[in-house]
Amino acid sequence: MDPSLRWGDGGGIMRPPLVILGLIVAAALIGPLLLPWPYDVIDWNAVRVPPLSPDHLLGTDSIGRDLLARTLVGTRVTLAVALAAALVSLLIGVGWGAIAGWAGGKVDEAMMRIVDALYALPFMFVVILLMVVFGRSILLVFLGIGAVEWLTMARVVRGQVIVLKQRPFILAAEAAGAPPRAIILRHLLPNVAGVAIAYLLLTVPQVVMIESFLSFLGLGVQEPLTSLGILVKDGADDMDIAPHALLLPGGVLVAILLSLTLLGERLRDRMAA
Amino acid sequence: MRALILRRLATALPTLAAILILSFLLMRLAPGGPFDGERPLDPETRAALVETYGLDEPLPAQIARYVGRIAHGDFGPSLVYRDFTVTDLVAQGLPISLTLGGLAFLLALGLGLGAGLTAAAFTGHRADHALMLLATLLTALPTFVTGPLLVLVFALGLGWLPVSGLEGPRGLILPVIALALPVAGAIAKLSRAGLAEALAQDHVRTARARGLSPAGVLLIHALRPALVPVASYAGPAAAGLLTGAVVIETVFALPGLGRYFVQGALNRDYPLVLAVVTLYAALIILFNFFADLLYGWLDPRARG
Repeated sequence: MDPSLRWGDGGGIMRPPLVILGLIVAAALIGPLLLPWPYDVIDWNAVRVPPLSPDHLLGTDSIGRDLLARTLVGTRVTLAVALAAALVSLLIGVGWGAIAGWAGGKVDEAMMRIVDALYALPFMFVVILLMVVFGRSILLVFLGIGAVEWLTMARVVRGQVIVLKQRPFILAAEAAGAPPRAIILRHLLPNVAGVAIAYLLLTVPQVVMIESFLSFLGLGVQEPLTSLGILVKDGADDMDIAPHALLLPGGVLVAILLSLTLLGERLRDRMAA
Repeated sequence: MRALILRRLATALPTLAAILILSFLLMRLAPGGPFDGERPLDPETRAALVETYGLDEPLPAQIARYVGRIAHGDFGPSLVYRDFTVTDLVAQGLPISLTLGGLAFLLALGLGLGAGLTAAAFTGHRADHALMLLATLLTALPTFVTGPLLVLVFALGLGWLPVSGLEGPRGLILPVIALALPVAGAIAKLSRAGLAEALAQDHVRTARARGLSPAGVLLIHALRPALVPVASYAGPAAAGLLTGAVVIETVFALPGLGRYFVQGALNRDYPLVLAVVTLYAALIILFNFFADLLYGWLDPRARG
């Protein structure tokens, strides 16, 4: 494992975003279990009640669903989709980059040309096209996002592999007659892992952003399931009478995006240093 | 410089063609069509509609016809807005989207460069850290959160500006700000990094040693190389503004291209979605092209 991945000296600066992120994840996982009302059940006796009402700590939405429960479940869905999509992009990106970097020559050039061409594409519209074409299902939300968000990962991994390929320990393994498969799995990938994780951390907020963007427009996660994007949309429709319905999911979303971005950037800078 | 232009054109045109064909095929692969409403159409009406729009021809013929028509600026009739051609809708929406995006770009450039250069001038100081944290916060703020928030504060709360709609230029103020903020954050980060690096170069130190004033060093020697990373961001920035505009036009109910795009995507209005994607792709490729030229002008080494 790359030594720069260990939290240790200088880790203090990473602590606030890590703590915030940890709290949000814990709340999203455990919170809904502790609340009296599930996120999708309508309380007919408490339609659009303000925060601090009995039974509903943060009030209910315009059709009487518990806002706190909805925000926690929405956070859960948003994070789950983001993680899955980021893993898809990790898989494609590392695979593509490692093959291009290892193969070198014409194969490398062709594969990187394709990446360059894809960079010029309007990503969001490709994802929307995918949603329009294959119907709006949560599976396709993250597969589609993962399928367009792997480009930077591929570039970074390729660069790393090209550098590693010249290093003595790889040359030694080759000279000792290790098969390419073993070299890639035992020597190459563990050394790419550090950089890949740093960029994975930077991919997750982008994916969160795309997912909420799509859901906000009604093209991503579909009701009755909910996500932070849907909640922001509902809150925005309702903000003249209940501003907290916008501020709560919006605040959680921004906190997630900001902490992930800060963590990813610090980790990346540390790798580069 | 001419070699650079030709090389860029040689990659831009095939990319555009690939986008056209790919998006067309994707749309056609889609299960469900624009005539699958809540109430099924009777078979005769359906057959007549399919024939009118040429949906029964083989795919290559449809593609050839489509590309041929686009070359003449004709994107066909909209399948959902029955009384309009797609070209009508685009002609209505595009000027609004371009105005919105252009103003937002200028605002983002001004704010971003101002913040980035200020931060670089105070490298390592508290002002530097504060500005960069602010820039990161701006890039992490989604437009669909800032948009409604600005409305909440300045329209519903203070009542200074209209909530939505486009009755006069005042209606553009909040949308432009909401759209510009994340791009401004990114430009601030890039210009700060670029300037900090440029100021550390040998020729800058030499200029300073020869007694050139700090402002002179900045404007004559450091600014141009510092703008290189900003120039290379122009393409992604354009893409960001276009996608952001989709949300902003929805939030503020502006009759721009993005709003038609979302409506088209929700209604599976093939011709409309295809036209907008094509146009967006063309715009982004165009911006990338200009960015490359700017890049070549700023950094002669990139001309080769």
